[in-house]
Amino acid sequence: MIDIEATGPLNTIQDLGRPGYRNIGVTACGAMDTLALSIGNILVGNTPQAAGIEVQTFPFRVRFSARTAFAITGADCRATLDGIGVPPWWVAQAEAGQLLELSPPLKDARAYLSLAGGADVTPVMGSRSTSLRGGFGGLNGRVLATGDAVATGAATSTFLPKGGFGVVPPAVALKDVFPAGEGGALTIRALPAGEHDLFGADAERFWSQPWKISARSDRTGYRLSGDPIHPLETVEMRSHGVVPGVVQVPPAGEPIVQMSDANTAGGYPKIAGVIEADLWRLGQARIGSMLRFVPATHAQARAIERALGAYIDDVRRTARLVSQALSTVA
Amino acid sequence: MSRPQSTPLASPASIVPNTDALAKISFIGTRAFLVEAPGAFDLPNQRRIWALSRALEAQEEIAEIVPGMTNLLVILKQTPEAPDIIVHQLQEEWKRARGVDLAGRDIDIAVTYGGEHATDLPALCDLSGLSDREVVRIHHEGTYRVFALGSAPGFGYLFGLDARIHMPRKTVPSLSMARGCVTIGGMQTGVAVLTGPNGWNSIGFAELQMFDPLAAAPAVMAPGDTVRFRPERIEL
Repeated sequence: MIDIEATGPLNTIQDLGRPGYRNIGVTACGAMDTLALSIGNILVGNTPQAAGIEVQTFPFRVRFSARTAFAITGADCRATLDGIGVPPWWVAQAEAGQLLELSPPLKDARAYLSLAGGADVTPVMGSRSTSLRGGFGGLNGRVLATGDAVATGAATSTFLPKGGFGVVPPAVALKDVFPAGEGGALTIRALPAGEHDLFGADAERFWSQPWKISARSDRTGYRLSGDPIHPLETVEMRSHGVVPGVVQVPPAGEPIVQMSDANTAGGYPKIAGVIEADLWRLGQARIGSMLRFVPATHAQARAIERALGAYIDDVRRTARLVSQALSTVA
Repeated sequence: MSRPQSTPLASPASIVPNTDALAKISFIGTRAFLVEAPGAFDLPNQRRIWALSRALEAQEEIAEIVPGMTNLLVILKQTPEAPDIIVHQLQEEWKRARGVDLAGRDIDIAVTYGGEHATDLPALCDLSGLSDREVVRIHHEGTYRVFALGSAPGFGYLFGLDARIHMPRKTVPSLSMARGCVTIGGMQTGVAVLTGPNGWNSIGFAELQMFDPLAAAPAVMAPGDTVRFRPERIEL
């Protein structure tokens, strides 16, 4: 169990989400950076379905009420345990009474706190993710607040070296697969969507210009600012299902990228859809930062997914080896 | 002169939807494929979407199927290596899909028409040239079908709104419309399930709880259901 001693206003319990209910209007939700959460779960010996805490507003301080293995992944939030630095992408053991503090990251947007045994809240429709709009899941369907206690489930016994250990962050390990953008703009790969060609010459400008993530962006979606783009004719779309990553263009001409808390249905013309393997990077993009869309194919997306899968498998193997080696000397 | 064989003979079969027309199939990202029925926004087309949905739901490689308004979003478990093959398979399924009618339930919704929640009733009267009494009568005399659920938990898109009271969605949504508002969005009607921003036009209010996340079947409505609005009170 942990007690939350300080939190910003928008931190929630999230797992990999609640897919499968879009047909009754239920948003999937889930972590914005599912890769970081998945690595955190591996490091503390959890199953992939375990829930963690998504921290996107800082500072965030928790006190451990029992000896617990924890991992910090995602944005480098300069974590400290009783004042001693904990590196990013790291797993360590906290003793009862110790205080973990996460500070505002200098780059990237969201950090994930994974606890051995997972955040133990009651699953709703198969998931522990918080649905803020629906008011269910997570801790009573709401954001975490100072004074909350979060219980942890039964942990598997994992052996950690003294001081813990870390993994190479995906942005470093996979820098050839996720190249840093030119001129500081994040490169996000996308496939043209249903109304792409309706934008005529403006479709070219969608791909060629850098877009800025506006202040009106959150877990629901990112509103982009830039030179507006417009379809050649106004079309009255019939409502249809959408998934995170869809890039819609409302009448004002500035695109919206739907994210984890995306509406399940939409009717704005859609110009593109972000490939799933790049969504975690978009989930780490900060308000005010720039991004550029690059056209991709399914085959390219598959290749990126394979590289991601290999990285995750590698982390899982390493974590298991470390634990096994220590268990034999224990 | 004999008729070329490819020309279909005029027969009663020609009154069924033209099943030769291809669906529009497009991508939303890597795993989602949107199948849009060609032709009108009507019940025969929606019945084919329901048939397509039924044909696809048993397929092993599909993770999720989301019916919309005369369209269907198909989400695969894996990103396909060759999307063209998926598009071809979906198109073949579309050609085979004949209309099915879903055996839905009858749902009766008690409505207070007018009153404090009917914020857009005066504007609808202006737009339609009808009196508030006529607007209310036309709305509650209609019989509606749930075409699909979406947008918010348990929200049913209802088809069957009389053309006289169609009203475009707002360009600037209301910031906080109450759960329970009986609304019109274009040629559709429905009951708001969440309090929050809403671009539809409110003409009344219903108490019915449309969604319970802890229930075995969380949504009250399902595609194919028939909905009638019963005027419990009219406050004009």
